[in-house]
Amino acid sequence: MRHSSRIAVAVAAFLLLAVYFAPLWRIELIAPQYPEGLGLRIWVNQITGLKPNDLNSINGLNHYIGMHAIEPDEIPELQFMPKLLAVAIGAGLLVALIGRRVPLYLWAASFTAGAVAGLGDFWKWGYEYGHHLDPRAAIRVPGMSYQPPVIGTKQLLNFHATSWPDIGGWILIASLACVLVVAVLEWRRVHASPARGIAVGGPVAQPLA
Amino acid sequence: MSPTTVFRFRRPAALALLMSGAVAAAGCARSNASRLGETGDAAERVYVAPGKYDEFYAFMSGGFDGQVGVYGLPSGRLLKHVPVFSQSAENGWGYSEQTKAMMNTSYGFVPWDDAHHPQLSQTAGVPDGRWLFINGNNTPRIARLDLTLFETEEILEIPNSGGNHSSPFLTENSEYVVAGGRFSVPAPQRDVSIDDYKEAFSGILTFATVDSATGHMAIAFQIRMPAFDYDLSHAGKGPSHGWSFFTSYNSEEGNTKLEVNASQKDKDYIAAINWKRAEQCVAQGKAKTEPARYAHNLMGEDGIARTEWGTSTKVLAPADCPGLVYFLPTPKSPHGVDVDPSGEFIVAGGKLAAIIPVHSFSKMLKAIADKAFAGEDHGIPVLKYEATIAGEVQNPGLGPLHTEFDGKGNAYTSMFLSSEIVKWSLKDFKVLDRAPTYYSIGHLMIPGGDSRKPWGKYALALNKITKDRYLPTGPELAQSAQLYDISGDRMKLLLDFPTIGEPHYAQALPASILKDRQVKMYPLAKNADPYAAKNEKSTRVDRKGAVVHVSMTSVRSHFMPDKIEGIQVGDSVFFHVTNLEQDWDVPHGFAVLGANNSELLIMPGQTRTLVWVPSRVGVFPFYCTDFCSALHQEMQGYIRVSAKGSAVAVKWNSPSYREAGEHEAGEHGAAEHGTK
Repeated sequence: MRHSSRIAVAVAAFLLLAVYFAPLWRIELIAPQYPEGLGLRIWVNQITGLKPNDLNSINGLNHYIGMHAIEPDEIPELQFMPKLLAVAIGAGLLVALIGRRVPLYLWAASFTAGAVAGLGDFWKWGYEYGHHLDPRAAIRVPGMSYQPPVIGTKQLLNFHATSWPDIGGWILIASLACVLVVAVLEWRRVHASPARGIAVGGPVAQPLA
Repeated sequence: MSPTTVFRFRRPAALALLMSGAVAAAGCARSNASRLGETGDAAERVYVAPGKYDEFYAFMSGGFDGQVGVYGLPSGRLLKHVPVFSQSAENGWGYSEQTKAMMNTSYGFVPWDDAHHPQLSQTAGVPDGRWLFINGNNTPRIARLDLTLFETEEILEIPNSGGNHSSPFLTENSEYVVAGGRFSVPAPQRDVSIDDYKEAFSGILTFATVDSATGHMAIAFQIRMPAFDYDLSHAGKGPSHGWSFFTSYNSEEGNTKLEVNASQKDKDYIAAINWKRAEQCVAQGKAKTEPARYAHNLMGEDGIARTEWGTSTKVLAPADCPGLVYFLPTPKSPHGVDVDPSGEFIVAGGKLAAIIPVHSFSKMLKAIADKAFAGEDHGIPVLKYEATIAGEVQNPGLGPLHTEFDGKGNAYTSMFLSSEIVKWSLKDFKVLDRAPTYYSIGHLMIPGGDSRKPWGKYALALNKITKDRYLPTGPELAQSAQLYDISGDRMKLLLDFPTIGEPHYAQALPASILKDRQVKMYPLAKNADPYAAKNEKSTRVDRKGAVVHVSMTSVRSHFMPDKIEGIQVGDSVFFHVTNLEQDWDVPHGFAVLGANNSELLIMPGQTRTLVWVPSRVGVFPFYCTDFCSALHQEMQGYIRVSAKGSAVAVKWNSPSYREAGEHEAGEHGAAEHGTK
């Protein structure tokens, strides 16, 4: 790996630290009765309201349609995601330290897979909440489900739901993009011109070897 | 229309004035006919588009309604009716266990009063939007409202007083609120002949401190004055800070047929009180501590009002404190006393006078220094009228009552008999403009108009007579307020709007001072009510002899418990209802069939308690009265009442009760999801 690639990988890994301090995703809900809006922030380890009592209010409203209450303590992902993130950061730093391409590719691939799995998991939770409704709910609309969008907007009865990455999510996306760009550049550098790759890569790797 | 209005009209002297007033008013009507064209843009000026906010909050005394009305200006829209001295069945104020103590007085539970003069707290002579004070006239009291909650937090009874009218009129840093009696009484009260009025009666002027951090009031001292009628007051400001001015009538000291007997003298007095001097004398021990019993009702941090009992006051006699009081002769049975923004001019509304006298504070100080005394009355120096007067407004109209200021060098005086607002200049005391009011204006109000920095854009007329201004509603009519644009040279009538209770004084300030400081809910986690159930699992029904405490929760859209059995006829059932919501504008109500008091309105996070004493066996419904949600109608429950001594055990449904399998499975299935 080139020196600049290793720095870029290290920066990408360090960037992920911010995810501990910034929410990944936000869901905003606007209804005629809630012109000021309600909303949720999804963090790596918790779910909070956009305003202090929003989670409580959303759970209160959701009971009418029989949605299960969102109880952050009961979501196992919120327990292990911080650990997974730590592993990802550690692995990234290790990749930068080793400075070899194969660990880079492995890390980039698993990072991508993790992000996709995370989004998939988010979708799954949304699906579960939106579809597994209490059959004794006060409001039952035939054929209606209440799955919030992963990205974008959707009308759910009187609520207009909008879902977007929040600061932490954008940082994670930036970090992932950075890693992927580095991986692609490294791949192209080696496969397009192997000789030049050795010549340029050699001296950088040597002091650490 | 108040009874006193009727008396004034029946007064022979006033009748003559009234007739001449009618001529003057007719003249005014003619001169103002042409200005109808000027109000062509009035609709635009008072129109506040849907969803937009008014520029000012206006606080209007509820008069004999005993409350405070909060209106938006310029639209005149009613924003809130804040219960103060009178019980309010609408939300349980004065009925609920937590608020009952606010009505306590040394005369027992007094659930009504006559509220006259709101006063916004001030810092450096400018309304700061922290608190609103208002007097109770009948059973003398002063209340304090918190303006982040728009709720009454404190009521202080004033002992040794009758007709607490010249009150609360606070000083420019809210150091003191004052309470002067319009009806002198034997102080302390005792059994004497009314004929012994001059010897046995006193006019008591009370100064109560306001804690600058908490707003809590405490009686500092009382001044024992001659048995005149102390009608209105205003504190000095700027250079005159340290003084308070009280008008008096009945310096004749009549005790019957006052409309004649109190109208004999050509001049009565403004009593100028040097309260800084009073502080010195009190500190020097010159006040006598006299026994007095009075209630001090304070809303606790836990949302529960409690009464502390005062046992004595410090009473200061002017004879023991030279320099404390001077009388400024003022024609004629003066009503309002108003101090201009500079603090120099003291304007009196001599309600039967043909002029508006304007005293000068600096001349007053000089007259005191020069001993320019015309004599003494009850041992109190009377200053020479010529020595204190700065000028007289000539031909202002008839029946001047109150004056407000625009901060641009102009004064506006309400004219009861000629039914108009008269604008005049503080420079030369010349009348500049006049605008008719409909009808018989009492107080008038300019936002900040009695402060050092008025927001001189609007004037509000608070009229005593309504007559034909609105669609008629039988013999009893709403009260008539009128909004005038005073931003130009000429006043323009913009808007009529009805108000509740006889309007006395009002106060207003820019909405921006208060708007963003409003509390939206009470944090449930900080609810310290001892009977609060802060979640459904801790709901309970406890019997202690014939007293049953129901700690109940309400959340959209159910009560917990909503099935209660084991109550007996004659029990005192305390429904302690906690609103679990933590969402803005989601109050829940509570009402139970046959309650002999009121309903409850419980704000989010709050606990309120209603006592219910069932008088017969049966099963009685209770329900939420505030349309809270789509399933509000379903927010109901039953309480079973058995005969006294019945073997029916106390039981109720609760989450734990359900878990024990004693409850129809799934009855609250839908509810469980939202509240677990």
